[in-house]
Amino acid sequence: MTRLLVCPPDFFGIEYEINPWMRLSNRVDHERAVSQWDTLMGIFEQDVGVVLERMTPVPGLPDLVFTANAGLVVGRTAVVSRFRYPERQREEPYFEQWFREQGYDVMLIDAGLHFEGAGDLLGFSDTWFGGYRQRSDIGVYPILSERFQKEIIPLELIDNRFYHLDTCLCPLSGGELLYFPAAFDEYGQQAIADCVHDALRFAVPRDEAIQFACNAVCIGTHIVLPAGCPTTQDWLHRRGYTTHPVQLDEFIKSGGAAKCLTLLLD
Amino acid sequence: MDHHQEYVLLEGHIIDSLVLAKVLDLILMMGGSFDLADVQIGKTRTEPSRARILVRAPSRALLDEILKAIQPHGASIEREADCRTEPTPADGILPDSFYATTHLPTQVRIDGRWVNVDRIEMDLAILVNTEGSLAHAIPMGEVRRGDRIIVGREGVRVIPLPRPQERDVFGFMESQVSTERPHGHIISDIAARMRQLRKGHRQAQTDSKILLAGGPAIIHAGGRDALTWLIEQGFVQVLFCGNALAAHDMEADLYGTSLGYGLTAGHAVPHGHEHHLRTINRIRAIGSIERAVTSGVITHGIMAACVRQGVSVVMAGTIRDDGPLPGVITDSVQAQQAMRAKIPTVGLALLVASTLHSVATGNLLPATVPVVCVDINPSVPTKLADRGSFQAVGLVMDAASFLIELARTLERSA
Repeated sequence: MTRLLVCPPDFFGIEYEINPWMRLSNRVDHERAVSQWDTLMGIFEQDVGVVLERMTPVPGLPDLVFTANAGLVVGRTAVVSRFRYPERQREEPYFEQWFREQGYDVMLIDAGLHFEGAGDLLGFSDTWFGGYRQRSDIGVYPILSERFQKEIIPLELIDNRFYHLDTCLCPLSGGELLYFPAAFDEYGQQAIADCVHDALRFAVPRDEAIQFACNAVCIGTHIVLPAGCPTTQDWLHRRGYTTHPVQLDEFIKSGGAAKCLTLLLD
Repeated sequence: MDHHQEYVLLEGHIIDSLVLAKVLDLILMMGGSFDLADVQIGKTRTEPSRARILVRAPSRALLDEILKAIQPHGASIEREADCRTEPTPADGILPDSFYATTHLPTQVRIDGRWVNVDRIEMDLAILVNTEGSLAHAIPMGEVRRGDRIIVGREGVRVIPLPRPQERDVFGFMESQVSTERPHGHIISDIAARMRQLRKGHRQAQTDSKILLAGGPAIIHAGGRDALTWLIEQGFVQVLFCGNALAAHDMEADLYGTSLGYGLTAGHAVPHGHEHHLRTINRIRAIGSIERAVTSGVITHGIMAACVRQGVSVVMAGTIRDDGPLPGVITDSVQAQQAMRAKIPTVGLALLVASTLHSVATGNLLPATVPVVCVDINPSVPTKLADRGSFQAVGLVMDAASFLIELARTLERSA
């Protein structure tokens, strides 16, 4: 059974600005955020049937809730993230501790290289995509490629609103891909087109991209995605997926949605 | 040398992701250029690829900008080290692992700074001065005990020749030698270069001298008048030859023969084989070729033209020489030094009908100097190319035909 790592939003809020979505003036309605998170978890557990592993929230670490950035889990190995911004670097020991307590073989990234986990590295069974330039460094991908024996196609992220790859690209279980082309340069768009056949690629429209349509979680034929993305949902339905839209606007204030709030463990 | 370059490495899945293409495009778009020094493409989907790229730019500032722009795409500057030196153990003896030069422009890294190697020439060592600020190529025999000589290959870089601007025969640098190719266009291109260099020389431009290294076949075959004309017209500033070319040239002036053959009659004349010996003896008695010319004993020909035109002549002797003539350097190491001293200002070298002098001159020339090698025997230009003078344009033809055709082309276009 699929397991996801999540972290309750007890201490979630906007306490700094490290991406264009975050505005200290744009206060999070905490009660509403908790309610949205609970709804999301309910869907995962009841509708999709996944097992949730809950981390203990830590005061002063408002973004610990975005567990996609804890690291990358492959089999029994967990690669712990090394964040670009000091604000989030404080999360690293908590994620590392959690992986160690769960018995994972912990792999650490060399000092001087940044890597923000499953937020920037995601893909299909053989080919992975690695976002770089905004948060993760391209130099980390040859190391991970060798360690896990996977092809990793680095993709430069050119729009700082789509600062993690999982905000603008979402590989699906049937080989399809949701993506927002304008988040990539011509080289990246061409590389994606070379990897995924036209019929399997859905270019998410701009208004849904900024609703975080690509920040979706695909488990089998279930797709959990933020509300407000009808065109994307229609396309997914035509491809035979069951969609579960969830209102996540309190988290989008911080630049994250369904995918950012989870980390796939197996 | 206005030349700034760094090697960078790019690794990973750089082909399918088009990261390599992006990096190369960036270099060009920013005004730099590149050479793919080495590309290894992964054999499977998971195997990474690797590219070693030489990035060049016309200024250090632009190079730094380019490097800064490509680094986020994974291009890491190759770790560079200073060159290493060791003192020579004794006069004329290099440290065991001395660096042996090529004739291409070369730079060495001293205290983090790339320094041009002066007087580059193939098959020498590199000496770094005591202050560690300058480097120059040096023959084995000239080192003195304790000289700092570069060892190993670290901190030494050889710079490929830039693509030539000129679209003439030198621009293609084809050293393929063939007896079955037309010569006309090659001779026209040589003539055009010579006119350009003569003009430059008259305007006191550097590196504008024309060097001719020739053998006695020039005289035997009937190229004497043409070469004399070229010298008189200011198309030759440096002449490398042996005892024989000078001796037969002056024999022709004194006796009208070359190695005993009447140059106009075309047959051996009685006791003609003695003429070159009598010529050499005569000049030895006078004391020098120059005095023989200025005193009016020698009036016409190549040597007379050289004296009148102030051409620098280096005559290098060999073990089969008669005499030799005064001025012939019989110590071959000294002869090499005398030839080497004339090289730095040369802008074109014509090597005509001499295996020995052609290869010796080829060895002394940096790759930046265009070279024409003319011989009736194809093995001579081939040998020259095989010994590293890849820039030489080979012409398989009779020396006299070449010189006459060259003079005619120059005269026609004058």
